[in-house]
Amino acid sequence: MDQPLPLRGLLAGLAFSCVLASPAAAQESALLDGGKLLLTNGVATIEGTSGGGLATWATISGRETDVGVGLSAHGTIIELPDYGWTSYGLSVGLFDRVELSYARQNFDTRDVGTALGLGEGYMLNQDVFAATLRIAGDVVYGNPLVPQIAAGVQHKRSSDTPVALAVGAANGQGTDFTLSATKLFLSHSVLVNTTARLTKANQGGLLGFGSAGENSYSLQFEGSVAYQLSRRAVIGAEYRTKPDNLAIAREGDWWDLFAAYAVTKNLTVTAAYVDLGSIATFDNQRGGFLSAQLAF
Amino acid sequence: MLILAAALLTQSVAEPPVDWDKEFGVEEKMRDPVTGEFPVDPYVQGDGNAGAKPFDGVAMADAFGGQAGIRRIANRTVELSEADPRIAAIFASHDMVRLKRTLFEQFCYILNAGCIYTGRDMTASHKDLGVRTRDMNALVENLQRAMREENVSFAAQNRFLAKLAPMSGAVITR
Ligand code: HEM
Repeated sequence: MDQPLPLRGLLAGLAFSCVLASPAAAQESALLDGGKLLLTNGVATIEGTSGGGLATWATISGRETDVGVGLSAHGTIIELPDYGWTSYGLSVGLFDRVELSYARQNFDTRDVGTALGLGEGYMLNQDVFAATLRIAGDVVYGNPLVPQIAAGVQHKRSSDTPVALAVGAANGQGTDFTLSATKLFLSHSVLVNTTARLTKANQGGLLGFGSAGENSYSLQFEGSVAYQLSRRAVIGAEYRTKPDNLAIAREGDWWDLFAAYAVTKNLTVTAAYVDLGSIATFDNQRGGFLSAQLAF
Repeated sequence: MLILAAALLTQSVAEPPVDWDKEFGVEEKMRDPVTGEFPVDPYVQGDGNAGAKPFDGVAMADAFGGQAGIRRIANRTVELSEADPRIAAIFASHDMVRLKRTLFEQFCYILNAGCIYTGRDMTASHKDLGVRTRDMNALVENLQRAMREENVSFAAQNRFLAKLAPMSGAVITR
């Protein structure tokens, strides 16, 4: 079930293509010259959508505007006291209107795997297929008080349904529904995002969806505030509430402090301090988040 | 193809050059000897044409280096855009002498650096240009570069862009 080798290969490939891409970006190639302003495509979230890392935003991935099709790829690593996380994915931004994305999440249980009787280093894997439709507004232009608004669906399929069921989840698959509003308040160099999410997911879905006792959708909230230091650099904070469905393990909210830097037009690197709270009875899962995004 | 080319060649050799402007009654526009600008159709002048309310106080004018700095930024923005392969075509055949002046006046007025704006409103001046969002972004990047070169702080750059961004509805027509 765990596939660490192909993943490493993909991350290495991504890093390699970044190196390849930078000289081309410097030449301002007309073909791959997406028309978006730097950073206004956001950075990939752990669910593969465009956003701020943990929170999904109303932005559309890729660097193309309403006259083009943008592409985006990312790889993310999170290092926690008791767990390791990697995710990677691809995303297409159609005419800055529709975003279609795929992400693969791999959650390494390390020693906890032994404690839970799964075996040392047992990997929980999940695929996330998402679609986002931009409904109204523009993150930069137009009325300064009208945000860009987008609605999304995120269909999540755990590859470890037996584990999810064993910890008490009702399902190994689930679908989240999001509604996001994002605006760059230029007069203060501040970007604000708020997202409402209907979800049943336990730990984002890695521990399945719902539970015997609680199998209805709950309304959760994601908020991000970011300050633009320069055209290329932004720092920010995010908060994301989560349901707490499982009887055997308490689940809390997530938050992070992040810094993103557009190294070139095409390559954005994000580093963050993340607090993922208690995961499967192991508390204080705070650590480092590192992500690279290549976008056209 | 060859025959066509030959036919065209012999034709242009055989006939005297035609002054098509004269044939169709097109009046040739002349640059004003003093301002160096082409004349434009009459329009109602007013600061309202600038499309944004000016800042209060002098902080923004100072951040942009007063009228001298603003003039350099406006000129540089136009020159970068004229030379920018992404959007050069939109500027070609337009009066850059006038644009440099009116853009300066507009920036100076909005930044409260002591100017009045005498140009046309944003809808009228962009209605036939076919500007798209990506063209707008290209112009913003050129303006950002011009401001950076004049050492305008990023926060002040954004504060100014906040005045221009809402004009997108008037400027972007497709
Ligand atoms: C908010 C953004 C913009 C502002 C504040 C702005 C401002 C102005 C001003 C003040 C004028 C002169 C009006 C007059 O002659 O009376 C003008 C004209 C012009 N603008 Fe813009 N502009 C903006 C966006 C753009 C963009 C994105 C393009 C193209 C990429 C563009 C291309 C032109 C051209 C070619 C003219 C000359 C039109 C003519 O000669 O009739 N502008 N603009």
